[in-house]
Amino acid sequence: MDPERKKVLERVAVSTFPDEVLERVLVQLKSHKDRSSVSLVCHSWYDAERFSRTHVFIANCYSVTPEIVSRRFPNIRSVSLKGKPRFSDFNLVPPKWGADIRSWLVMFAAKYPFLEELRLKRMTVTDESLEFLALSCPNFKGLSLLSCDGFSTDGLAAIATHCKNLTELDIQENDLNDKSGSWLSCFPENFSSLEVLNFANLSNDVNFEALERLVSRCKSLKVLKVNRNITLEQLPRLLIHAPLLTELGTGSFLQEHPACQYSELENAFNKCMNLNTLSGLSEVTALSLPALYPTCANLTFLNLSCAALQSGELAKLLVHCPCLRRLWVLDTVEDKGLEAVGSNCPLLEELRVFPTDPFDEDTFHGVTESGFIAVSYGCRRLSYVLYFCRQMTNAAVETIVQNCPDFTHFRLCIMNPWQPDYQTNEPMDKAFCAVVKTCTRLQRLAVSGLLTDLTFEYIGKYAKNLETLSVAFAGSSDWGMQCVLGGCPKLRKLEIRDCPFGNAALLSGLDKYESMRSLWMSGCKVTMNGCRLLAKEMPRLNVEVIKVDGSNESQADKVYVYRSVAGPRRDAPPFVLTL
Amino acid sequence: MSVPLEHDYIGLSEAPPSMEGSERTSGGLNHKATELRLGLPGSDSPERDKGVVAEDKAGYPLGVLKSLSVVSGAKRGFSDAIDGGSGKWVFSGSGGSEAESGKGGNLFSPRGVNGGGKGGLVGGSEGANQNTGLGGPILKDGVVPQSPKPSQEKKPQLSAPAAKAQVVGWPPIRSYRKNSMASHPPKNEDDTEGKLGSGCLYVKVSMDGAPYLRKVDLKTYGSYRELSSALEKMFSCFTIGQCGSHGVPSRDGLSESRLMDLLHGSEYVLTYEDKDGDWMLVGDVPWEMFTDSCKRMRIMKSSEAIGLAPRAMEKCKNRH
Repeated sequence: MDPERKKVLERVAVSTFPDEVLERVLVQLKSHKDRSSVSLVCHSWYDAERFSRTHVFIANCYSVTPEIVSRRFPNIRSVSLKGKPRFSDFNLVPPKWGADIRSWLVMFAAKYPFLEELRLKRMTVTDESLEFLALSCPNFKGLSLLSCDGFSTDGLAAIATHCKNLTELDIQENDLNDKSGSWLSCFPENFSSLEVLNFANLSNDVNFEALERLVSRCKSLKVLKVNRNITLEQLPRLLIHAPLLTELGTGSFLQEHPACQYSELENAFNKCMNLNTLSGLSEVTALSLPALYPTCANLTFLNLSCAALQSGELAKLLVHCPCLRRLWVLDTVEDKGLEAVGSNCPLLEELRVFPTDPFDEDTFHGVTESGFIAVSYGCRRLSYVLYFCRQMTNAAVETIVQNCPDFTHFRLCIMNPWQPDYQTNEPMDKAFCAVVKTCTRLQRLAVSGLLTDLTFEYIGKYAKNLETLSVAFAGSSDWGMQCVLGGCPKLRKLEIRDCPFGNAALLSGLDKYESMRSLWMSGCKVTMNGCRLLAKEMPRLNVEVIKVDGSNESQADKVYVYRSVAGPRRDAPPFVLTL
Repeated sequence: MSVPLEHDYIGLSEAPPSMEGSERTSGGLNHKATELRLGLPGSDSPERDKGVVAEDKAGYPLGVLKSLSVVSGAKRGFSDAIDGGSGKWVFSGSGGSEAESGKGGNLFSPRGVNGGGKGGLVGGSEGANQNTGLGGPILKDGVVPQSPKPSQEKKPQLSAPAAKAQVVGWPPIRSYRKNSMASHPPKNEDDTEGKLGSGCLYVKVSMDGAPYLRKVDLKTYGSYRELSSALEKMFSCFTIGQCGSHGVPSRDGLSESRLMDLLHGSEYVLTYEDKDGDWMLVGDVPWEMFTDSCKRMRIMKSSEAIGLAPRAMEKCKNRH
């Protein structure tokens, strides 16, 4: 078509629907998927979308460069970034691997000086970076660090000192250098904007008086999660200043001096009628637990993963929590405790059972398949489960998914690798077959136990909505992985460790990897040659091998493959080979 | 390392063909078996039998390396406490990749096996690691420097009778969670005094003259200073009235600092009983070694501490 005519036509089309209007409409769109779809409609929609976007979520920090992001989205106020592969949480990724926020911060300072929020997961963040952030972005409001490393409490002090408008400081599950609690005292005396404060991760004492003053000044405080050092005696003094709290993470719940403050505690909890989330409760005992009862009526999320409750104690508590939707417990509650869950929490959607002694196989504590079954009978809406146990049977899982066919996240960890059905001695294939066949909405699956390729055949065939699959110590041959890569149309993340999958399996996914976020394979039978071949065939994938000392030259110990428009990493440490 | 015959649930009624018979001796000192090795492909590693998994004789889909890689400062004497099932489990499934895939005794709890560890196991962290060639793989730089067991960043697990070599990152528990659980052991775990559970180490602390004892979890402290201040807090109530002998009014302005004076001055001495049953002065050895070996503690009146070296008394005073 004549370019002039084309321009005229375009102008006509646009003028009937001005960009400003479109942008106003698009601003309402929050979902990333929706925004992606919008941006693909046509050029003017692409532009409208990119100008109206204020939040960008980058699931793999190496999939794109800061420059590309800032070019496309000029008006960003909030950034979420994820860095290292998930298995770095379990020490499978050597330190200094990368995912340093620094280069992003440099871009933010230049292009997004009005940045308000930063949420990081599995990134490396230094104290200097935190200070740089605080100084470069005067409007900075919310910082959330989840599973990050590289910083110390000095970095937090810098944030507290310089971010005058801070509303959120959320420090979770990080590997930080906890030097002292003095960072908390760095909030200026007139600072009062905090709405979210979570320092449960930290282990040093903060100055309690400073914390008390801070809480009383911050009238909008909605989320307060303190660390274990805050005692039960101190807790009421915080609660009375924060009646608007919706999420509370207590410190230690141990009553040092049984005589006194029980009434104070009870009164304080009686005031907290807006709580929907409760966590912490470390060292809780049967004595102190009842103080919680009044506040439990509206609880939707109860996180007891730091509280070693026994079954009876849990049962008594759950009677008061009829609205519970999410429950995290330790396996000290045992099967009996889970029976109480089934009896008392009909609205339950998410259950996570963590092991207390994951490394002690001699222990006979913990939960078994019966507990899980009991929950499934009582909690038919269950859709998310993370279950650590030492024994499981195929029949149990079949029953469970029959009771609860709506699972979207099914993460079963039988803690002893290669463990078969303990009753029949068969592999656990039937169990996971039942899961994928019955739970059509399944998005995330983690398998364990003794598994043959059959499991993966089923997964490939039936798990049409599966996005994330975690595999460890499973499978018999390349065929297993080939089945998964050949099926599972929506697969985005595949993480595999210690399975007998080799080059044939790796290469069978050539067509798939660009539609996936990433693939991790460690402890498998993949070789350097296989990886090189993959890299050669698929230039838009980054194929990285993490070399480990002392291993064979030709073996690819840990392989991380991900799609990227940024090209190969420029900051890769020496042990990361980009092929 | 014996193939744990008692654990049959995986269908292993005998050692996989590739495992050498000599390793199956149970209980005897089997130096070959106790030799820690990281199997590189082709080097003595059992060839993984691919098709076997489904069958009863699943064999070892992946050979297992029992990597009791050692913690710095571990006493030699711990070897008997160590799960003797040090195996020459060679990892073949991954083609000799790092020992993180080397599974520990999860499947094969060589409970019956003991004493096998003395050979080449513990003696000094470096030594054991060199032997095994585990230096790199298990000792991730700085991450879990001493052990593949990700549960503890620094603390050794070898002192536990139930200590098993661990596969790195398995079970998949985040380290922050292990730490928080470490101080909250299940209440029914109460057997051995000072038993090292997977992540906690409760020891009794007695104080001369106090009506009852306390228990502390050494895992929650990272240094002597932290321990000492925690003990001060715990026992401050008992020292009310103790000052009488010094002519100080007992209830007047007694505070933690007074207790500190008591502890750090000449009134009390902090001692502990180690695994050998000897009473030692707290503070001499590195912290990790102390937590390894401490079975119980006693805040002893200095008048009773005459038995300790007089120098120790000076040390006690001068340390703070």
